[in-house]
Amino acid sequence: MRILVPVKRVIDYNVKPRVKSDGSGVDLSNVKMSMNPFDEIAVEEAIRLKEAGVASEVVVVSIGVAKAQETLRTALAMGADRAILIETEAEVEPLGVAKLLAQVAGEEQPGLVILGKQAIDDDSNQTGQMLAALLNRPQGTFASRIELNGDMVSVTREVDGGLEIVQLSLPAIVTSDLRLNEPRYASLPNIMKAKAKPLAVKKPEDYGVDIAARLETLSVAEPAKRQAGIKVADVDELVGKLKELGVAA
Amino acid sequence: MKALVWVEHEGGALKDATLSAVSAAAQLGEVHLLVAGQDVGGVAQEAAGIAGVVKVHVADDAAYAHALAENAAPLIVGLMGHHDAFVAPATTTGKNVAPRVAALLDVMQISDILSVEGEDMFTRPIYAGNAIATVRSRDAKKVITVRGTAFAKAEKSGGSASIEAVASTGDAGLSSFLGAEIAASERPELTSAKIIVSGGRALKDSATFEQLIFPLADKLGAAVGASRAAVDAGYVPNDYQVGQTGKIVAPEVYVAVGISGAIQHLAGMKDSKTIIAINKDDDAPIFQVADFGLVADLYNAVPELTNKL
Repeated sequence: MRILVPVKRVIDYNVKPRVKSDGSGVDLSNVKMSMNPFDEIAVEEAIRLKEAGVASEVVVVSIGVAKAQETLRTALAMGADRAILIETEAEVEPLGVAKLLAQVAGEEQPGLVILGKQAIDDDSNQTGQMLAALLNRPQGTFASRIELNGDMVSVTREVDGGLEIVQLSLPAIVTSDLRLNEPRYASLPNIMKAKAKPLAVKKPEDYGVDIAARLETLSVAEPAKRQAGIKVADVDELVGKLKELGVAA
Repeated sequence: MKALVWVEHEGGALKDATLSAVSAAAQLGEVHLLVAGQDVGGVAQEAAGIAGVVKVHVADDAAYAHALAENAAPLIVGLMGHHDAFVAPATTTGKNVAPRVAALLDVMQISDILSVEGEDMFTRPIYAGNAIATVRSRDAKKVITVRGTAFAKAEKSGGSASIEAVASTGDAGLSSFLGAEIAASERPELTSAKIIVSGGRALKDSATFEQLIFPLADKLGAAVGASRAAVDAGYVPNDYQVGQTGKIVAPEVYVAVGISGAIQHLAGMKDSKTIIAINKDDDAPIFQVADFGLVADLYNAVPELTNKL
Protein backbone atom coordinates (compact mmCIF):
# COMPACT_ATOMS: atom_id res chain seq x y z
CA MET A 1 0.00 0.00 0.00
CA ARG A 2 1.18 3.45 -0.90
CA ILE A 3 0.84 6.37 1.52
CA LEU A 4 0.64 9.93 0.27
CA VAL A 5 1.70 12.71 2.65
CA PRO A 6 1.20 16.36 1.67
CA VAL A 7 3.61 18.76 3.39
CA LYS A 8 3.66 22.55 3.61
CA ARG A 9 6.56 24.96 4.00
CA VAL A 10 5.64 27.46 6.70
CA ILE A 11 7.25 29.90 9.11
CA ASP A 12 9.25 27.97 11.73
CA TYR A 13 7.10 27.47 14.80
CA ASN A 14 9.75 29.04 17.07
CA VAL A 15 9.67 32.33 15.15
CA LYS A 16 7.32 35.03 16.35
CA PRO A 17 5.38 36.27 13.30
CA ARG A 18 5.54 40.01 12.64
CA VAL A 19 2.75 41.82 10.86
CA LYS A 20 3.98 44.05 8.01
CA SER A 21 3.59 47.77 8.73
CA ASP A 22 1.40 48.25 5.64
CA GLY A 23 -1.03 45.63 6.92
CA SER A 24 -0.70 43.47 3.82
CA GLY A 25 0.33 40.32 5.63
CA VAL A 26 2.97 38.72 7.82
CA ASP A 27 6.61 39.48 7.03
CA LEU A 28 8.26 36.30 5.77
CA SER A 29 11.44 37.82 4.34
CA ASN A 30 14.59 36.51 6.05
CA VAL A 31 12.49 34.38 8.37
CA LYS A 32 13.38 30.77 9.10
CA MET A 33 10.97 28.43 7.29
CA SER A 34 10.35 24.78 8.18
CA MET A 35 7.96 21.94 7.58
CA ASN A 36 4.57 22.52 9.19
CA PRO A 37 4.84 20.65 12.54
CA PHE A 38 1.60 18.70 12.01
CA ASP A 39 2.90 17.57 8.59
CA GLU A 40 6.11 16.34 10.22
CA ILE A 41 3.94 14.12 12.43
CA ALA A 42 2.10 12.89 9.32
CA VAL A 43 5.39 12.03 7.58
CA GLU A 44 6.62 10.21 10.69
CA GLU A 45 3.43 8.15 10.90
CA ALA A 46 3.68 7.13 7.25
CA ILE A 47 7.31 6.09 7.68
CA ARG A 48 6.44 4.06 10.78
CA LEU A 49 3.71 2.25 8.84
CA LYS A 50 6.27 1.43 6.18
CA GLU A 51 8.78 0.25 8.78
CA ALA A 52 6.05 -1.95 10.27
CA GLY A 53 5.59 -3.57 6.85
CA VAL A 54 2.07 -2.20 6.42
CA ALA A 55 2.93 0.34 3.73
CA SER A 56 5.20 -0.25 0.76
CA GLU A 57 5.98 3.31 -0.35
CA VAL A 58 5.73 6.80 1.12
CA VAL A 59 5.26 9.63 -1.38
CA VAL A 60 5.43 13.23 -0.18
CA VAL A 61 3.93 16.14 -2.10
CA SER A 62 4.14 19.88 -1.59
CA ILE A 63 2.46 22.78 -3.30
CA GLY A 64 4.42 25.99 -3.12
CA VAL A 65 7.49 27.95 -4.11
CA ALA A 66 10.68 26.35 -5.50
CA LYS A 67 12.19 26.42 -2.01
CA ALA A 68 9.54 23.97 -0.85
CA GLN A 69 11.98 21.43 -2.36
CA GLU A 70 13.90 21.83 0.92
CA THR A 71 10.81 20.79 2.86
CA LEU A 72 10.39 17.77 0.62
CA ARG A 73 14.09 16.86 1.05
CA THR A 74 13.55 16.97 4.82
CA ALA A 75 10.71 14.46 4.44
CA LEU A 76 12.90 12.30 2.18
CA ALA A 77 15.68 12.44 4.78
CA MET A 78 13.23 11.29 7.44
CA GLY A 79 12.52 8.24 5.26
CA ALA A 80 9.97 9.05 2.55
CA ASP A 81 10.73 7.37 -0.79
CA ARG A 82 10.01 10.04 -3.37
CA ALA A 83 8.63 13.53 -3.69
CA ILE A 84 6.49 15.69 -5.93
CA LEU A 85 6.62 19.48 -5.94
CA ILE A 86 3.75 21.33 -7.58
CA GLU A 87 5.57 24.59 -8.02
CA THR A 88 3.75 27.89 -7.88
CA GLU A 89 4.38 31.39 -6.58
CA ALA A 90 0.70 31.79 -5.84
CA GLU A 91 -0.71 31.33 -2.34
CA VAL A 92 -2.99 28.37 -2.88
CA GLU A 93 -5.95 28.10 -0.52
CA PRO A 94 -7.01 24.81 1.12
CA LEU A 95 -9.72 24.27 -1.51
CA GLY A 96 -7.20 24.66 -4.35
CA VAL A 97 -4.70 22.47 -2.53
CA ALA A 98 -7.35 19.78 -2.01
CA LYS A 99 -8.21 19.89 -5.72
CA LEU A 100 -4.57 19.45 -6.71
CA LEU A 101 -4.12 16.67 -4.16
CA ALA A 102 -7.22 14.91 -5.50
CA GLN A 103 -5.53 14.84 -8.93
CA VAL A 104 -2.28 13.54 -7.43
CA ALA A 105 -4.25 10.88 -5.54
CA GLY A 106 -5.88 9.91 -8.84
CA GLU A 107 -2.44 9.25 -10.33
CA GLU A 108 -0.80 7.69 -7.30
CA GLN A 109 -3.77 5.66 -5.96
CA PRO A 110 -2.68 5.78 -2.29
CA GLY A 111 -4.40 3.52 0.24
CA LEU A 112 -3.98 6.21 2.84
CA VAL A 113 -3.40 9.95 2.69
CA ILE A 114 -2.06 11.39 5.95
CA LEU A 115 -2.04 15.17 6.35
CA GLY A 116 -1.34 17.55 9.18
CA LYS A 117 -4.62 18.70 10.73
CA GLN A 118 -3.78 22.33 10.09
CA ALA A 119 -0.96 24.56 8.93
CA ILE A 120 0.41 26.95 11.54
CA ASP A 121 0.32 29.91 9.15
CA ASP A 122 -3.30 30.21 7.97
CA ASP A 123 -4.69 27.90 10.70
CA SER A 124 -7.50 26.83 8.35
CA ASN A 125 -7.85 23.16 9.33
CA GLN A 126 -9.64 22.27 6.10
CA THR A 127 -7.43 20.53 3.52
CA GLY A 128 -7.79 16.92 4.69
CA GLN A 129 -11.56 17.13 5.07
CA MET A 130 -11.87 18.81 1.64
CA LEU A 131 -9.69 16.18 -0.02
CA ALA A 132 -11.85 13.44 1.53
CA ALA A 133 -14.97 15.15 0.16
CA LEU A 134 -13.54 15.54 -3.35
CA LEU A 135 -12.45 11.89 -3.45
CA ASN A 136 -15.69 10.75 -1.78
CA ARG A 137 -13.62 8.85 0.78
CA PRO A 138 -13.88 8.71 4.61
CA GLN A 139 -11.93 11.03 6.89
CA GLY A 140 -10.34 10.46 10.28
CA THR A 141 -9.44 13.91 11.54
CA PHE A 142 -7.31 14.96 14.57
CA ALA A 143 -5.81 11.48 14.91
CA SER A 144 -3.85 10.41 17.96
CA ARG A 145 -3.67 6.76 16.89
CA ILE A 146 -3.93 4.93 13.57
CA GLU A 147 -4.37 1.19 13.29
CA LEU A 148 -4.63 -0.63 9.98
CA ASN A 149 -6.44 -3.94 9.74
CA GLY A 150 -7.08 -5.42 6.33
CA ASP A 151 -9.07 -3.03 4.18
CA MET A 152 -10.02 -0.90 7.20
CA VAL A 153 -8.28 1.65 9.34
CA SER A 154 -9.36 2.59 12.83
CA VAL A 155 -8.53 6.11 13.89
CA THR A 156 -8.58 7.43 17.44
CA ARG A 157 -9.60 11.07 17.25
CA GLU A 158 -8.93 13.85 19.76
CA VAL A 159 -12.32 15.46 20.24
CA ASP A 160 -13.54 18.15 22.64
CA GLY A 161 -14.92 15.65 25.14
CA GLY A 162 -11.97 13.24 25.04
CA LEU A 163 -11.28 10.51 22.49
CA GLU A 164 -13.41 8.88 19.82
CA ILE A 165 -12.65 5.88 17.63
CA VAL A 166 -13.95 5.59 14.09
CA GLN A 167 -13.45 2.86 11.53
CA LEU A 168 -12.92 3.86 7.92
CA SER A 169 -12.77 1.79 4.77
CA LEU A 170 -9.65 2.26 2.70
CA PRO A 171 -8.68 4.30 0.84
CA ALA A 172 -9.04 6.87 3.61
CA ILE A 173 -7.84 10.33 4.58
CA VAL A 174 -6.36 10.89 8.05
CA THR A 175 -5.24 14.16 9.62
CA SER A 176 -2.70 14.13 12.42
CA ASP A 177 -2.98 15.73 15.81
CA LEU A 178 -0.07 16.51 18.14
CA ARG A 179 0.02 13.27 20.05
CA LEU A 180 0.06 10.82 17.13
CA ASN A 181 3.82 10.41 17.46
CA GLU A 182 7.08 12.25 18.01
CA PRO A 183 8.79 12.85 14.68
CA ARG A 184 12.38 11.71 14.31
CA TYR A 185 15.31 13.88 13.38
CA ALA A 186 16.94 13.00 10.10
CA SER A 187 20.48 11.67 10.53
CA LEU A 188 23.32 13.15 8.51
CA PRO A 189 23.78 10.00 6.36
CA ASN A 190 20.05 10.04 5.62
CA ILE A 191 20.18 13.72 4.72
CA MET A 192 22.95 12.88 2.24
CA LYS A 193 21.01 9.90 0.86
CA ALA A 194 17.87 12.01 0.47
CA LYS A 195 19.63 14.18 -2.11
CA ALA A 196 19.61 11.25 -4.50
CA LYS A 197 15.94 10.35 -4.01
CA PRO A 198 13.57 11.24 -6.87
CA LEU A 199 11.83 14.62 -6.73
CA ALA A 200 9.48 15.45 -9.60
CA VAL A 201 8.62 19.09 -10.29
CA LYS A 202 5.18 19.85 -11.73
CA LYS A 203 3.03 22.92 -12.27
CA PRO A 204 -0.60 23.44 -11.21
CA GLU A 205 -1.46 23.69 -14.95
CA ASP A 206 -0.33 20.08 -15.38
CA TYR A 207 -3.37 19.06 -13.36
CA GLY A 208 -5.92 21.26 -15.09
CA VAL A 209 -7.23 22.61 -11.78
CA ASP A 210 -8.58 26.09 -11.08
CA ILE A 211 -6.71 27.38 -8.03
CA ALA A 212 -7.81 31.00 -8.19
CA ALA A 213 -8.29 32.47 -4.71
CA ARG A 214 -11.83 32.65 -3.37
CA LEU A 215 -10.93 34.60 -0.26
CA GLU A 216 -9.42 38.01 -0.58
CA THR A 217 -7.30 39.18 2.35
CA LEU A 218 -8.14 42.84 2.79
CA SER A 219 -5.81 43.53 5.69
CA VAL A 220 -3.76 41.87 8.39
CA ALA A 221 -3.38 43.51 11.78
CA GLU A 222 -1.75 42.86 15.14
CA PRO A 223 -4.20 41.61 17.74
CA ALA A 224 -5.05 43.92 20.62
CA LYS A 225 -2.25 43.79 23.14
CA ARG A 226 -2.94 42.84 26.71
CA GLN A 227 -1.28 44.98 29.34
CA ALA A 228 0.64 43.29 32.11
CA GLY A 229 -0.97 43.89 35.49
CA ILE A 230 0.57 43.89 38.91
CA LYS A 231 2.46 41.41 41.03
CA VAL A 232 0.94 40.56 44.37
CA ALA A 233 3.25 40.09 47.34
CA ASP A 234 1.77 36.93 48.80
CA VAL A 235 -1.13 34.50 48.88
CA ASP A 236 -3.13 36.73 51.24
CA GLU A 237 -3.07 39.59 48.75
CA LEU A 238 -4.11 37.20 45.98
CA VAL A 239 -7.02 35.96 48.10
CA GLY A 240 -8.03 39.62 48.51
CA LYS A 241 -7.99 40.12 44.74
CA LEU A 242 -10.10 36.99 44.22
CA LYS A 243 -12.60 38.37 46.72
CA GLU A 244 -12.71 41.69 44.88
CA LEU A 245 -13.41 39.77 41.67
CA GLY A 246 -16.30 38.09 43.45
CA VAL A 247 -15.03 34.57 42.85
CA ALA A 248 -14.10 33.89 46.48
CA ALA A 249 -16.22 34.40 49.54
CA MET B 1 -29.65 35.97 3.52
CA LYS B 2 -30.62 32.68 5.14
CA ALA B 3 -28.04 30.98 7.35
CA LEU B 4 -28.17 27.33 8.38
CA VAL B 5 -26.53 26.71 11.75
CA TRP B 6 -25.24 23.30 12.83
CA VAL B 7 -26.62 22.44 16.26
CA GLU B 8 -24.08 20.79 18.51
CA HIS B 9 -25.65 18.49 21.07
CA GLU B 10 -24.71 15.68 23.40
CA GLY B 11 -26.76 13.31 25.50
CA GLY B 12 -30.02 14.85 24.34
CA ALA B 13 -29.07 18.41 25.28
CA LEU B 14 -28.00 21.33 23.19
CA LYS B 15 -24.42 22.51 23.72
CA ASP B 16 -23.51 26.13 24.42
CA ALA B 17 -21.20 26.36 21.41
CA THR B 18 -24.34 26.41 19.27
CA LEU B 19 -25.51 29.66 20.88
CA SER B 20 -22.42 31.63 19.83
CA ALA B 21 -22.80 30.31 16.28
CA VAL B 22 -26.43 31.46 16.31
CA SER B 23 -25.31 34.98 17.30
CA ALA B 24 -22.80 35.06 14.44
CA ALA B 25 -25.41 33.78 11.97
CA ALA B 26 -27.94 36.38 13.16
CA GLN B 27 -25.54 39.05 11.93
CA LEU B 28 -25.77 37.53 8.45
CA GLY B 29 -29.55 37.24 8.20
CA GLU B 30 -32.38 34.84 8.94
CA VAL B 31 -31.29 32.00 11.24
CA HIS B 32 -32.29 28.41 10.55
CA LEU B 33 -30.94 25.47 12.53
CA LEU B 34 -30.10 21.90 11.66
CA VAL B 35 -30.45 19.25 14.35
CA ALA B 36 -29.01 15.98 13.09
CA GLY B 37 -28.84 12.90 15.27
CA GLN B 38 -30.73 9.95 16.62
CA ASP B 39 -33.79 10.50 18.86
CA VAL B 40 -33.23 14.24 18.84
CA GLY B 41 -36.84 15.39 19.25
CA GLY B 42 -35.96 16.96 22.60
CA VAL B 43 -32.96 18.79 21.17
CA ALA B 44 -35.13 20.13 18.35
CA GLN B 45 -37.64 21.47 20.89
CA GLU B 46 -34.84 23.10 22.85
CA ALA B 47 -33.37 24.57 19.65
CA ALA B 48 -36.74 25.98 18.58
CA GLY B 49 -36.76 28.03 21.77
CA ILE B 50 -33.54 29.91 21.00
CA ALA B 51 -34.29 33.59 20.53
CA GLY B 52 -34.35 34.74 16.93
CA VAL B 53 -34.46 31.35 15.24
CA VAL B 54 -36.97 31.03 12.41
CA LYS B 55 -36.91 27.35 11.57
CA VAL B 56 -35.39 24.14 12.92
CA HIS B 57 -34.68 21.36 10.43
CA VAL B 58 -34.53 17.95 12.08
CA ALA B 59 -32.86 14.91 10.58
CA ASP B 60 -33.49 12.01 12.93
CA ASP B 61 -31.66 8.89 11.85
CA ALA B 62 -29.12 6.42 13.22
CA ALA B 63 -26.75 7.52 10.42
CA TYR B 64 -26.37 10.88 12.20
CA ALA B 65 -25.99 9.49 15.74
CA HIS B 66 -22.29 10.27 16.02
CA ALA B 67 -22.05 13.22 13.64
CA LEU B 68 -19.90 11.30 11.16
CA ALA B 69 -18.89 13.83 8.51
CA GLU B 70 -19.35 11.31 5.71
CA ASN B 71 -23.07 11.06 6.56
CA ALA B 72 -23.72 14.62 7.73
CA ALA B 73 -22.16 16.43 4.76
CA PRO B 74 -24.60 15.16 2.07
CA LEU B 75 -27.52 16.08 4.35
CA ILE B 76 -26.22 19.65 4.76
CA VAL B 77 -25.41 19.99 1.07
CA GLY B 78 -29.00 19.02 0.29
CA LEU B 79 -30.28 21.80 2.53
CA MET B 80 -27.90 24.38 1.10
CA GLY B 81 -30.09 24.68 -1.98
CA HIS B 82 -32.32 26.88 0.19
CA HIS B 83 -29.70 28.57 2.37
CA ASP B 84 -26.95 31.06 1.62
CA ALA B 85 -24.57 30.27 4.45
CA PHE B 86 -23.66 27.24 6.54
CA VAL B 87 -22.45 28.20 9.99
CA ALA B 88 -20.93 25.76 12.49
CA PRO B 89 -19.28 26.30 15.86
CA ALA B 90 -15.50 25.80 15.64
CA THR B 91 -15.66 22.70 17.85
CA THR B 92 -14.02 19.44 16.85
CA THR B 93 -17.36 18.42 15.31
CA GLY B 94 -17.78 21.67 13.38
CA LYS B 95 -14.17 21.61 12.22
CA ASN B 96 -14.63 18.04 11.02
CA VAL B 97 -17.89 18.50 9.13
CA ALA B 98 -17.80 22.04 7.69
CA PRO B 99 -14.82 21.71 5.31
CA ARG B 100 -16.34 18.55 3.84
CA VAL B 101 -19.49 20.55 3.14
CA ALA B 102 -17.47 23.44 1.71
CA ALA B 103 -15.59 21.22 -0.74
CA LEU B 104 -18.81 19.56 -1.91
CA LEU B 105 -20.26 23.03 -2.54
CA ASP B 106 -17.01 24.18 -4.17
CA VAL B 107 -16.68 26.92 -1.58
CA MET B 108 -13.61 28.12 0.32
CA GLN B 109 -14.47 27.94 4.03
CA ILE B 110 -13.85 30.87 6.37
CA SER B 111 -12.50 29.23 9.52
CA ASP B 112 -12.81 30.34 13.11
CA ILE B 113 -14.29 33.81 12.53
CA LEU B 114 -13.95 36.45 15.26
CA SER B 115 -16.40 38.95 13.78
CA VAL B 116 -18.84 39.54 10.96
CA GLU B 117 -17.91 42.79 9.18
CA GLY B 118 -20.45 42.49 6.40
CA GLU B 119 -22.35 39.95 4.35
CA ASP B 120 -19.12 38.64 2.83
CA MET B 121 -16.49 40.15 5.14
CA PHE B 122 -15.08 38.56 8.30
CA THR B 123 -12.10 38.69 10.64
CA ARG B 124 -10.24 35.56 11.63
CA PRO B 125 -7.05 34.71 13.53
CA ILE B 126 -3.98 33.48 11.66
CA TYR B 127 -0.50 32.49 12.90
CA ALA B 128 -1.86 31.18 16.22
CA GLY B 129 -3.62 34.46 16.85
CA ASN B 130 -0.48 36.54 16.33
CA ALA B 131 -2.26 38.30 13.49
CA ILE B 132 -5.88 39.00 12.63
CA ALA B 133 -6.87 38.88 8.96
CA THR B 134 -9.86 40.65 7.48
CA VAL B 135 -11.10 38.56 4.55
CA ARG B 136 -13.74 38.87 1.88
CA SER B 137 -15.36 35.79 0.39
CA ARG B 138 -16.03 35.71 -3.34
CA ASP B 139 -18.12 32.55 -3.11
CA ALA B 140 -21.88 32.77 -3.67
CA LYS B 141 -22.53 30.53 -0.67
CA LYS B 142 -20.60 30.89 2.56
CA VAL B 143 -19.29 28.13 4.80
CA ILE B 144 -18.15 29.46 8.15
CA THR B 145 -16.92 28.16 11.49
CA VAL B 146 -17.30 30.42 14.51
CA ARG B 147 -14.95 30.93 17.43
CA GLY B 148 -17.26 30.59 20.42
CA THR B 149 -15.46 33.04 22.70
CA ALA B 150 -15.75 35.85 20.14
CA PHE B 151 -19.57 35.99 20.08
CA ALA B 152 -22.11 36.46 22.85
CA LYS B 153 -24.38 33.48 23.41
CA ALA B 154 -27.89 33.76 21.99
CA GLU B 155 -30.68 33.57 24.57
CA LYS B 156 -31.94 30.02 25.04
CA SER B 157 -35.51 31.16 25.45
CA GLY B 158 -37.96 33.50 23.80
CA GLY B 159 -37.89 31.87 20.39
CA SER B 160 -40.72 29.96 18.77
CA ALA B 161 -39.29 28.51 15.60
CA SER B 162 -41.17 26.02 13.48
CA ILE B 163 -39.82 22.48 13.38
CA GLU B 164 -39.57 20.64 10.10
CA ALA B 165 -38.44 17.07 9.54
CA VAL B 166 -35.82 16.48 6.85
CA ALA B 167 -35.50 13.19 5.00
CA SER B 168 -32.37 11.24 5.85
CA THR B 169 -29.66 10.96 3.24
CA GLY B 170 -28.72 7.65 4.86
CA ASP B 171 -25.44 6.03 5.70
CA ALA B 172 -22.70 6.73 3.17
CA GLY B 173 -21.16 3.36 4.01
CA LEU B 174 -17.68 4.83 4.32
CA SER B 175 -17.19 5.02 8.06
CA SER B 176 -18.54 3.78 11.36
CA PHE B 177 -18.33 4.83 14.99
CA LEU B 178 -16.55 2.28 17.19
CA GLY B 179 -16.56 4.00 20.56
CA ALA B 180 -15.51 6.93 22.66
CA GLU B 181 -13.71 7.69 25.88
CA ILE B 182 -15.53 10.75 27.04
CA ALA B 183 -14.47 11.84 30.50
CA ALA B 184 -17.40 12.35 32.85
CA SER B 185 -16.73 15.18 35.23
CA GLU B 186 -18.64 16.93 37.99
CA ARG B 187 -16.76 20.10 37.15
CA PRO B 188 -17.96 22.74 34.68
CA GLU B 189 -17.07 22.29 31.02
CA LEU B 190 -13.89 24.11 29.97
CA THR B 191 -15.28 26.11 27.08
CA SER B 192 -18.26 27.48 29.00
CA ALA B 193 -16.80 27.76 32.53
CA LYS B 194 -16.74 31.13 34.31
CA ILE B 195 -13.56 30.23 36.18
CA ILE B 196 -10.73 27.99 35.01
CA VAL B 197 -7.72 26.72 36.92
CA SER B 198 -5.01 25.43 34.57
CA GLY B 199 -1.83 23.58 35.39
CA GLY B 200 1.44 23.38 33.51
CA ARG B 201 4.53 21.26 33.27
CA ALA B 202 5.76 22.51 36.66
CA LEU B 203 3.19 20.19 38.30
CA LYS B 204 5.69 17.35 37.71
CA ASP B 205 3.30 14.38 37.42
CA SER B 206 -0.34 13.43 37.30
CA ALA B 207 -0.60 12.74 41.05
CA THR B 208 0.76 16.19 41.89
CA PHE B 209 -1.56 17.77 39.31
CA GLU B 210 -4.54 16.12 41.00
CA GLN B 211 -3.40 16.97 44.53
CA LEU B 212 -2.77 20.65 43.82
CA ILE B 213 -4.98 21.75 40.94
CA PHE B 214 -8.20 19.81 41.56
CA PRO B 215 -8.82 21.02 45.17
CA LEU B 216 -8.20 24.64 44.14
CA ALA B 217 -10.57 24.28 41.19
CA ASP B 218 -13.23 22.70 43.39
CA LYS B 219 -12.91 25.50 45.97
CA LEU B 220 -13.53 28.03 43.20
CA GLY B 221 -16.16 25.97 41.39
CA ALA B 222 -13.84 26.08 38.40
CA ALA B 223 -13.16 23.93 35.37
CA VAL B 224 -9.70 22.38 35.06
CA GLY B 225 -7.42 23.05 32.12
CA ALA B 226 -3.81 22.33 31.26
CA SER B 227 -1.02 23.51 29.03
CA ARG B 228 0.10 21.42 26.08
CA ALA B 229 3.29 20.55 27.98
CA ALA B 230 1.25 19.07 30.84
CA VAL B 231 -0.91 17.07 28.44
CA ASP B 232 2.07 15.85 26.40
CA ALA B 233 3.74 14.75 29.65
CA GLY B 234 0.63 12.69 30.44
CA TYR B 235 -0.49 14.53 33.61
CA VAL B 236 -4.04 14.87 32.25
CA PRO B 237 -5.92 13.73 29.10
CA ASN B 238 -6.04 15.69 25.83
CA ASP B 239 -9.45 17.23 26.47
CA TYR B 240 -7.90 19.42 29.22
CA GLN B 241 -5.64 21.24 26.78
CA VAL B 242 -6.04 24.99 26.47
CA GLY B 243 -4.22 26.59 23.56
CA GLN B 244 -4.18 27.17 19.85
CA THR B 245 -4.45 23.46 19.09
CA GLY B 246 -6.55 22.64 22.12
CA LYS B 247 -9.51 24.57 23.43
CA ILE B 248 -9.96 28.32 23.10
CA VAL B 249 -11.36 29.72 26.34
CA ALA B 250 -12.32 33.15 27.65
CA PRO B 251 -13.61 32.78 31.21
CA GLU B 252 -14.17 35.58 33.74
CA VAL B 253 -11.12 34.38 35.66
CA TYR B 254 -8.27 32.21 34.41
CA VAL B 255 -5.78 30.95 36.98
CA ALA B 256 -2.54 29.69 35.40
CA VAL B 257 -0.48 27.58 37.77
CA GLY B 258 3.06 26.63 36.80
CA ILE B 259 2.45 27.63 33.20
CA SER B 260 5.27 29.56 31.56
CA GLY B 261 3.04 31.07 28.88
CA ALA B 262 4.16 29.76 25.47
CA ILE B 263 2.59 31.60 22.49
CA GLN B 264 0.61 28.45 21.77
CA HIS B 265 -0.99 28.54 25.23
CA LEU B 266 -1.58 32.31 25.28
CA ALA B 267 -3.46 31.99 21.98
CA GLY B 268 -6.02 29.85 23.78
CA MET B 269 -6.68 32.00 26.86
CA LYS B 270 -5.57 35.59 26.38
CA ASP B 271 -9.13 36.80 25.91
CA SER B 272 -9.97 35.79 29.48
CA LYS B 273 -11.33 38.75 31.46
CA THR B 274 -8.92 38.44 34.37
CA ILE B 275 -5.76 36.34 34.28
CA ILE B 276 -4.00 35.23 37.44
CA ALA B 277 -0.60 33.60 37.22
CA ILE B 278 1.33 31.68 39.84
CA ASN B 279 4.86 30.86 38.79
CA LYS B 280 8.20 30.78 40.52
CA ASP B 281 10.01 32.25 37.51
CA ASP B 282 9.73 36.01 37.69
CA ASP B 283 10.51 36.29 33.95
CA ALA B 284 7.88 33.81 32.74
CA PRO B 285 5.99 35.27 29.72
CA ILE B 286 2.67 34.48 31.44
CA PHE B 287 3.27 37.52 33.69
CA GLN B 288 3.18 39.78 30.61
CA VAL B 289 -0.51 39.02 30.16
CA ALA B 290 -1.49 38.40 33.80
CA ASP B 291 -3.55 40.98 35.69
CA PHE B 292 -2.36 39.57 39.00
CA GLY B 293 0.89 37.67 39.24
CA LEU B 294 2.26 35.81 42.22
CA VAL B 295 5.92 34.85 42.06
CA ALA B 296 6.04 31.84 44.34
CA ASP B 297 6.77 28.15 44.57
CA LEU B 298 3.47 26.57 43.59
CA TYR B 299 4.00 23.66 45.99
CA ASN B 300 3.59 26.09 48.89
CA ALA B 301 1.40 28.77 47.33
CA VAL B 302 -1.35 26.58 45.85
CA PRO B 303 -2.19 24.61 49.04
CA GLU B 304 -2.07 27.86 51.02
CA LEU B 305 -4.40 29.53 48.53
CA THR B 306 -6.80 26.57 48.57
CA ASN B 307 -6.90 26.64 52.38
CA LYS B 308 -7.50 30.36 52.61
CA LEU B 309 -10.38 30.45 50.14
